[in-house]
Amino acid sequence: MSSEWPLWEVFIRGQHGLNHRHVGSLHAPDAALALKNARDVYTRRNEGVSIWVVKSNDITASSPSDKGPLFEPANSKIYRHPTFYDIPDDVGRM
Amino acid sequence: MSALFEFLLRMGDTTLILGHRLSEWCGHAPVLEEDIALANIALDLIGQTQLWLGLAGEVEGRGRTADNLAYLRDAAEFRNALIVERPNGDFGMTLMRQFLFDAWHVQQLKALTASSDARVAEIAAKALKEATYHLERSSDLVIRLGDGTDESHRRMQAALDELWPYAGELFLDDATDRALAQSGVAPPPSSLRARWDAIVQPALAQATLKPPESRFAHKGGRRGVHTEHLGYILAQMQFLQRAYPNAVW
Repeated sequence: MSSEWPLWEVFIRGQHGLNHRHVGSLHAPDAALALKNARDVYTRRNEGVSIWVVKSNDITASSPSDKGPLFEPANSKIYRHPTFYDIPDDVGRM
Repeated sequence: MSALFEFLLRMGDTTLILGHRLSEWCGHAPVLEEDIALANIALDLIGQTQLWLGLAGEVEGRGRTADNLAYLRDAAEFRNALIVERPNGDFGMTLMRQFLFDAWHVQQLKALTASSDARVAEIAAKALKEATYHLERSSDLVIRLGDGTDESHRRMQAALDELWPYAGELFLDDATDRALAQSGVAPPPSSLRARWDAIVQPALAQATLKPPESRFAHKGGRRGVHTEHLGYILAQMQFLQRAYPNAVW
């Protein structure tokens, strides 16, 4: 029966976190019930203060087979990491 | 038996038996999401039971704990309303029972937050948040399924027809209720009927379901006269403590 319901991705903002984080997915007939189900399935241990649900179909994902062209070019560009700056001692920890 | 003790048993036994009934769905609900939701509600109700029966034991003053009261009394000593011992039936039957109960529960707890007994008011305030969510969920599902497919409509109407005569007991006053109302501990049950109707009737109308016209009400649970179903529930629930007295987790 659940296969007739669309899949939803659930994002929860935790007690101390600023960002909503993906926590999992569930089935529900519509957005209102997806929220209720998310409350019951993913916030049982007081995990959240806010819930987002998004239809899985509405998420456009990068393809795993594009991993090479998409991400590998960044590997060799260490100058993009801010590790070449001398930080004066009195700045402290950044 | 004091009126307050009697009242606390009525509250605690009602949440205990419904919590147990709902827990029977665990692992059997039609979809995983509903399975977890029902188990959550069951646990909320068992949690409330601990508070009501815990206070009952305290008020009684004979050293009985919530566990003693739950596991070591026989059916005739239970004070739950009959509606909560009704068998689960199909998913629609369970939801309808939940909806009719939740609508009463929320009104009862709202009124109890103004109880003259601070301990009662405190438990009610905590339970009200849980019950409010239960009602939101059960009314939503009753409307969806009532106004859903032909089959879901038929099942919900059948559930309503069967359970309607069991809802009336929640609104019958007896001497205990009148004593509690007089001392400001709890509202007379009859005073909740109009507020219950104001929740239930519009939701049923939206669900395209018709409540039976009859106001006939099965009664007896709140004074210990139960249907045959309670004995089976207790046999399962109490078996371990009866067979192995004082066994601990």
